[in-house]
Amino acid sequence: MFAFLSSQPVQTALIVGSCAALVSALIGVFTVLRGNAFAGHALADVSSAGGAASFLWGISPLLGFLGMAWIAAFGMEFLGVRKARERDLATGIVLGAGLGFSALFLYLDVTTTSTTGAAVSVMFGSLFAISRGLIWPAILAVLAVFLLVGLFYRPLILTAVDPDLATLRGVSPRWMGLLQLLVLGLAVAVCALAIGAVLATALLIGPAGAAIRLSRRPAQAIFWAMIIALTAVWLGIWMAYESYYWFSGNAWPVSFFVVVLIFLFYLLAMLGSSWQHKYQRRGITSLRRLQEP
Amino acid sequence: MTNQSPILAVADLSVDLGGRSILRDVSFDLYPGQLCALIGENGAGKTTLLRTLLGLITQRAGTVLIGGAPAREHRELVGYVPQKINFDPDLPLRTRDLVRLGLDGQRLGLPFFNGRTRYAVDQALQAVGAEDFADQRVGELSGGQQQRAVIAHALVRKPRLLILDEPLANLDFGSANALVDLLGRLIVQQKMTVLVTAHDMNPLIPVMDRLVYLVDGRAATGTVAEVVQAEVLSKLYGYPVSILHHGGRILVLPDAPENADVANMNRCAGHGV
Ligand SMILES: Nc1ncnc2c1ncn2[C@@H]1O[C@H](COP(=O)(O)OP(=O)(O)O)[C@@H](O)[C@H]1O
Ligand SMILES: [Mg+2]
Repeated sequence: MFAFLSSQPVQTALIVGSCAALVSALIGVFTVLRGNAFAGHALADVSSAGGAASFLWGISPLLGFLGMAWIAAFGMEFLGVRKARERDLATGIVLGAGLGFSALFLYLDVTTTSTTGAAVSVMFGSLFAISRGLIWPAILAVLAVFLLVGLFYRPLILTAVDPDLATLRGVSPRWMGLLQLLVLGLAVAVCALAIGAVLATALLIGPAGAAIRLSRRPAQAIFWAMIIALTAVWLGIWMAYESYYWFSGNAWPVSFFVVVLIFLFYLLAMLGSSWQHKYQRRGITSLRRLQEP
Repeated sequence: MTNQSPILAVADLSVDLGGRSILRDVSFDLYPGQLCALIGENGAGKTTLLRTLLGLITQRAGTVLIGGAPAREHRELVGYVPQKINFDPDLPLRTRDLVRLGLDGQRLGLPFFNGRTRYAVDQALQAVGAEDFADQRVGELSGGQQQRAVIAHALVRKPRLLILDEPLANLDFGSANALVDLLGRLIVQQKMTVLVTAHDMNPLIPVMDRLVYLVDGRAATGTVAEVVQAEVLSKLYGYPVSILHHGGRILVLPDAPENADVANMNRCAGHGV
C-alpha cells in the first residue's frame, strides 16, 4: 500500500482521476436530468479531435479536449432546435463531423510526429502517464465547474424540470442550455484526459444515472454520484496498479477497471431501486389496508 | 367591480403560428376576484391564448396588459399551471422541492434551509392538500397529485392571477369537483383572480363569473348569461345553434342537422354534457 501511494504516477493519477470523478458526477446529474446523455457522449467523442490535435501542435491536451468540446457545444446549440428529435439529429451530425477530424489528426499524429500510442491515449486514456503539469489546470477546471453550477444551481434545475416554468420565473432556458453545454465541455475535457475521450461518457453518465435512481433530491443525487464516481476511480487505479502482479508484469489499463466498476455500480443501483420500489409499494398498500374500516 | 382597474386586459389580440392565423381579435378584461373560464374545443386556440398572455408567444397584433403593464414586466403577478408536464419517474425531485422552485427557482446560489421559505412552501402544499405526498418524488405521483403539486408551485408566490390550462381534463369526477372547490376558495379567501381553460363549461358553472368562448380563434366574452345565447353562439360558430338547459347543465347543439355537416355537429356536441 505504501509503495502504491508513494509512486508519483499513482499520485498524479489519483488527483486527476478524483477531479474527473467529482466534476463528472456533478454535471452528470444535470445532464441526465435534462435528458442530454447523448449530447454529453457526443461532446466527449468529438473532444478526441482536440486531444489528437494537441499532440500534433504540442499544446496541452486539456486545452485540446476543451477547445474541441466547446466548438462542438456551440455547433450543437447553433444547429440544435427545440424538439428532442431535432436535437438528437444535430448532435449526431456534429458527432460525425468531429470524429472525422479526430481520424485525420490521429493519422497525422502517427505519420508526422514520433508519438506512438497517441490514438490509444486520446481515445481510451492513460492515467498513469499524465504529466504532473496537468494537475493544476485540471483542478482549476473543476473549481470553475463547481463555481458555475453552484451559482446557477436552482435555475439549472428549474430549466431541467420545465423550460416554460423557468421562463416564467425569469430564467432563460436558452442561456441555461448554453451554460450547461459549456460546463459540460469543461467536465468532458477533464474526464477525457483521465480515462479517454470515448470512455468519458461512462464517467459522465454512469454514476449520475445510478445515483438518480437512489435519490429523492437533486443534492442527494449529486452526493451519491460523487461517492460512486470516486470509488470507481480510486478502486480502478488501485486494481490497475496491482494488476501488474496479477498478470505477471502486464498491467491492464486503468480505464478498463474504472468503466467496469461503474457498470457494476449501475447494475447494483438498478437492483437496489427496483427492490426499493417494491418495498415502498408494499408499505403503502399495507398502510391503506390498516386505514380502511 | 368595474371601478377597479383590470388585472388582465386583452385588446384585439391576434396570433399567428407557423404562418397560420390561430387567434383573431380576441378582447376581454378580467377584474380582481373573478373566475373566468376560457371554453373551446380542442384546437380552438386556448393554450395559444394562455401562452400569449404569459409572453411565451409573441402576438401579431393587439395588447396584453397585466396589472396595467406589458405581460413580460409583470410576470411575478402570474402563476401558471401548464396542461401537462411530463415528469420522469426517476426525477430526483420531491413535491416540496418543486414547490420551492416556484418561490426561489430564479435565485443564484445554493438553496440552503430557510425557515420563512419552508413556511411558505408548507402553506402552498396545505392549500392544495398535498401534505401527504410532500416528500414523495413528483414523478411517482398520480396525474391528479402532480397537478396539485404544480398548482402549489404556482401558488407559493401568492400570485394575483392564476392561469390553469385544462386542469379538469384528466381528472375523475371527484378530483374535478375538489379542484373546482379549490379554485372557488382561492378567489374568496386569497382574493385571487383565476383564468382556467376547459372544453366543457359545465363543471365550472358554479364558480365562474365570466366566460370567454373560443371557436376557431374568435371569441365571445361576457357573463354566462350574456355569452350562452343562441344568437351569440350561432354568430360565433357561423351556423345556427340552440342551447339546451338540462338539470343545471348547458348543452350547445347545432340547429338543423340536415344543413350542418357531421363534423360540425360533433364539434358542437363536444361542448355539452
Ligand atoms: N407551434 C405551432 N405552430 C403551428 N401551429 C400551432 C402551433 N401550436 C399550436 N398550433 C395550432 O394552433 C391551433 C390551436 O392550438 P391550441 O392553442 O393548442 O388549441 P387548444 O389548446 O384550444 O386545444 C391548433 O390548430 C394547433 O394545430
Ligand atoms: Mg390546449
